[in-house]
Amino acid sequence: MHVDLQIPEEQWAHAARRAAYGIRRRVLEHTINNNGGYLSQACSSAETIAVLYTKVLKIGKSTAPAVPAAFAGVPGHAHADYTTGALYNGPRHADLDRFFFSPAHYALVLYAALIEVGRMSSEGLLQFNKDGSTVEMIGAEHSPGMETTTGSLAQGLSQAAGIALARKLRGEKGRCVVYMSDGEFQEGQTWETFEILFHYRLDNVLVYVDVNGQQCDGKMIDVLDLGDLAAKLRAFGAIVYDVDGHNVEDLAQPSAATGQGAPVVVLCRTNPCAGISLLQDRAPKLHYVRFKSEAERDEYRLVLQTMEQEG
Amino acid sequence: METVSRVHANNLVSWAKDRPKVLVLSADLTGSTEIDQFREIYPDRFFSMGMTEQSMMSMAGGLAREGFYPFVHTFAVFMYRRALDQIAMSIAYPNLPVRMFGFLPGIMTPGGATHQAIEDIAVMRSLPNMTVLECGDATDVESVLDVAHDVPGPVYVRMLRGEIPRLFPRNERMKLGVARRVCKGSDIALVSSGVCTEEAMRATAALRERGVSIEHIHVSTLKPFADPTILESIAQTKYGVITMENHTVLGGLGTAVAEMMAEAGVGRKLVRIGLPDQFAHGASQHYLMREYGLDALALVRNVESLVGTELGVGDEELASVRVNPIHSEAKAEAL
Repeated sequence: MHVDLQIPEEQWAHAARRAAYGIRRRVLEHTINNNGGYLSQACSSAETIAVLYTKVLKIGKSTAPAVPAAFAGVPGHAHADYTTGALYNGPRHADLDRFFFSPAHYALVLYAALIEVGRMSSEGLLQFNKDGSTVEMIGAEHSPGMETTTGSLAQGLSQAAGIALARKLRGEKGRCVVYMSDGEFQEGQTWETFEILFHYRLDNVLVYVDVNGQQCDGKMIDVLDLGDLAAKLRAFGAIVYDVDGHNVEDLAQPSAATGQGAPVVVLCRTNPCAGISLLQDRAPKLHYVRFKSEAERDEYRLVLQTMEQEG
Repeated sequence: METVSRVHANNLVSWAKDRPKVLVLSADLTGSTEIDQFREIYPDRFFSMGMTEQSMMSMAGGLAREGFYPFVHTFAVFMYRRALDQIAMSIAYPNLPVRMFGFLPGIMTPGGATHQAIEDIAVMRSLPNMTVLECGDATDVESVLDVAHDVPGPVYVRMLRGEIPRLFPRNERMKLGVARRVCKGSDIALVSSGVCTEEAMRATAALRERGVSIEHIHVSTLKPFADPTILESIAQTKYGVITMENHTVLGGLGTAVAEMMAEAGVGRKLVRIGLPDQFAHGASQHYLMREYGLDALALVRNVESLVGTELGVGDEELASVRVNPIHSEAKAEAL
């Protein structure tokens, strides 16, 4: 099948940087307008998600409506025609990748990314967290760009591993690419899954991890220190790359390492305030931004203006 | 009464022969859940997952999304207690055809509280999209694969192993949502499930001889629970209804019957025989059924109390109809 990356090969790095800028700008604007948002997650993950959609993922064009459909009900006997947010990641094909977005609370970032790469209309973001919409605050599998329900952290990797095993059984060439947050490596289920990925040599699994060192209660080293995550993963049999999570070339490079008998993990070292240094004033509580005052909100309006002027 | 050995072990192998999409997942309890024979014959469709129950459940969801039918086998407790969130979000929410075979239901193991699934029906029944089945004899075990496989969504099965009595003829197979009448009567409606049906049958013969007419119903579908014949049986009784289950009295068969009666406005006295609201401990099935009032004698005492007469049925008489224990002698550890 023809893989339509939509972006010419020689221009991807530029496109990735533009998309990363656009993701930050959209999420900042949304956070200001709604007096709340997962802003630090956009700052840490913007380049990674931009690189996934502009370079890493071998996926076809979106087959979903540009403006997301209204929520039509949960899966079950009454809703046999339940649709999936995976349609935004293109059609299914044996040779194409599948994308699994595990930290579902980053949904706002994902939606902004879909807009930036032309897979969703900017109108879609107006439905964010609105009653009756699929563009939910913590996305589920009916939400744009999502294929599985992963809001209960660590289940995304396991579900993707099941799909990766099924694809191996069918002899498919396409990979299962999973985006995770570092907090998920506190969950026992994640390590169970790495045991399984190793045992069954699931080298069609490629994991990008946002190592921003942050979680809901604050800095991970204070909440529960993971120590040397790369060493732990290598001990579990994974091929591990440790990269600058804001450098698009560095982010893209390891994605070719799949198919060597072991799962590949790319640890993306990121700064939760990257691109919006004003956020540092709120550290270490960065999980969710709600402005303390109108004055603070005005400071962020100024950041947005500057960002838009500089482009 | 005929007893049959390793029913699931043999049946699964023949049943899965021409169903290549059926995969078996094991969590380090392959012999104990009777899938060792499947592993030998279909090694390419057998997946050893080790003790990774949470990941195994989510992975089963992933496999089911791709058109496979994961048949997950482990002890019941390690599914619904250890991996409930994974069952709920990776399997039940997306309504995927994963078949979960939970072994050692209720107080059937000397493994104690850690191994005894005493509230699994309550938990699994409350999950949207979930179908809940329970096997009570060899015919149930032989037919439950067909019943489960016809359900488009997830199915949880309370499974039996080892030596199992055959209470129903081979051709009177389990059907989804259909209870079976063991015997007809008009004084008391007795609704039982799982191993309690065999236990109840020890008492009903003696009770009939004393002139108590029992309408005995065997339930194998706990969710959906809507067979109208159950309500009809209850409505026509003189004294009331007794439920009998290898589970706590909260949230299982007794609760389902109570809900059904209340919603239909059928006012009859209801006695729920089951594990009282407490954990059990490690001892033999026979001992625990006596200790917690789940055996034939407990049924007799409850019938006496309902009809208001002592019937003079004793242990000796009930013991004379006792059949072989479920656990094989060959499996001394009973794990």
